Amino acid sequence: MSTGFHIVVLGSLVPDLLQTLEPVQGPTGPALKNEMMLPAVLDPWAAHALFEAAHLAAKTPGSKVWLVSLGPKAKLQQLMMSIAQKVPFELVAIDGPSSGFTDPTEVAAALAGAIEKIPALDRTRMLLFGGCASASRDAGVTVQLVGERLGVTDQFLAADELTVSAEGTFTILERVEGGKYLVSEVAGPPCAIAWATGNLPEPPNNPQVGMQNMRTLMPALQKAQPAQFGKQETVFHSVEIPKQERRTRIVKDVPIDEMAREIADWIKG
Amino acid sequence: MTIETILFVAHTEEDGSLGRAALECLTGAVELHRQIAGASLVAGVIGVDATAAAVAISGCGASKLFAVSGPEFAMSRYASDTAALDSICRTSGATIIVAPATSRFNRAVPGAAQRIGGKIDTHVGGFLVNGAEVTIQRGYYRQRMIATLTRAARPWFVTIDAGLFPKFEGAAANTPVESLTVATSDAFNRTKVVGYRAPEADAQTIRPDANLLFVAGVGWTKKQADGQVHLTEAADIILGFLDKSKASLGSSKSLVDQSTEGHNVFSFMSHLNQVGQTGATPRHAKGLSACCHGEEPHVVGWRFIGERRAINLDANCGWAQGKTDVLYIADAFALVKKVGELL
Repeated sequence: MSTGFHIVVLGSLVPDLLQTLEPVQGPTGPALKNEMMLPAVLDPWAAHALFEAAHLAAKTPGSKVWLVSLGPKAKLQQLMMSIAQKVPFELVAIDGPSSGFTDPTEVAAALAGAIEKIPALDRTRMLLFGGCASASRDAGVTVQLVGERLGVTDQFLAADELTVSAEGTFTILERVEGGKYLVSEVAGPPCAIAWATGNLPEPPNNPQVGMQNMRTLMPALQKAQPAQFGKQETVFHSVEIPKQERRTRIVKDVPIDEMAREIADWIKG
Repeated sequence: MTIETILFVAHTEEDGSLGRAALECLTGAVELHRQIAGASLVAGVIGVDATAAAVAISGCGASKLFAVSGPEFAMSRYASDTAALDSICRTSGATIIVAPATSRFNRAVPGAAQRIGGKIDTHVGGFLVNGAEVTIQRGYYRQRMIATLTRAARPWFVTIDAGLFPKFEGAAANTPVESLTVATSDAFNRTKVVGYRAPEADAQTIRPDANLLFVAGVGWTKKQADGQVHLTEAADIILGFLDKSKASLGSSKSLVDQSTEGHNVFSFMSHLNQVGQTGATPRHAKGLSACCHGEEPHVVGWRFIGERRAINLDANCGWAQGKTDVLYIADAFALVKKVGELL
């Protein structure tokens, strides 16, 4: 009997968080200025999902991790150079736009289609992982849409913790309103978990892991299937950077009592 | 031209009533209905006794009210929530479904949209109606840009963030409530909701209803003028200030990351407090930051903070670049302690 989990992580690239982003109108809709030139990183919440997946796989013999990633092939290759040394995984690449302005329904269809084609994937043992929202589209819907397409009816959003009991059941902590966690117990796989930050730090680079991953990364990139998105039925009337620059008043060389009184009055007012 | 049927859908809270986010969202749905000529408004509620909650909002002008009731719909669970949403949406024939962006619906509504073959937009920040065209505003790239967009596809699901509309208030009307029967399935039994757990913390520091957000940065854990780190004193000052101001506590990423990395920092602070690009984007009338540099990835989390003030020793920090209304150049230990005393 097979044991372990088959963990599929959804995660793509987003512009480096320190980059200045400027929207422009492209031929198929809004885009980012110089999008292909912007340094990219693995989407932060998806990165947490990947680290949690690798941690769980390492603790559970017979497990395997796939990273399913949609993005321009050349950018994906660059991204892999930065994350391949972190944790062991097998890449499933889809060659398509990584823009936040793509429709999540179409993205989910492409991701679910790629997952269905993974030959060694046992969907009865599948854990579908992803970030609770991307740093690009920021919708928080992709994991649910993919899970629904794959028939996964146990889904969790903004999870910070997954523990597996000796019997194989899961206890999952999800963030809910008011700084609390909702605690749920699940019979076992398959289930879908969209992660918040989790509890794990970013793993250090491990050259051996990098060597192991590189054996499969380049072939995966070479055979990346193109994702064809139809013309969007969404009409963007405008995309703009919020105008919220403030006229900052700098208060310095003022007695601390005076500053404190001003702040206290402001809080009370 | 599509004649719109707007469905407001919500779930009850533990006490059987509709929560603040739901009632605010209802105001938004009513406002949308008022602006679209010829549109009809219907409403649906999910919960243990959803009929009572549906009756309570019957004065909203909805022509039909639907309820999915039962103990299996008491708690937040994907399988049962999506089944209930599916039933209400199909029965109502809705073209636009308006739902509050609660944690429960953030999880379930996308699944229902997929099941019904609809499209979805989340965290919508407002509606505009021009004739028969409905446009919405929502953020992209973690609120770093705002798009105004419309969709032709129906059904169109939109979830509304809290804090955009006033709570709906209205006397009950005589509109009958139609109870819908949702077949239970084995999928309902795979996930069992155990309950709620507060994070390991000395006090509950996240207060969504607070007027003030107080954000602590990593500077609280750095060496002070005497060359020493004063974590205990910093914790006392922060907790004392929170006690007096009744503020909600936020944090920069760098501060909460320290606890993940095993350093000795504040026990009352976790990743749940984190504000910014990979944290929360809370809504408060006022925000006060102390010992935080105001870098862009953090400040994007301040998008929905009205009045902003910051305390920092560096007059050239990020806050000074037009990101706050007032920047106080001072020692945060002394200043925050003093403010706490004055409150």
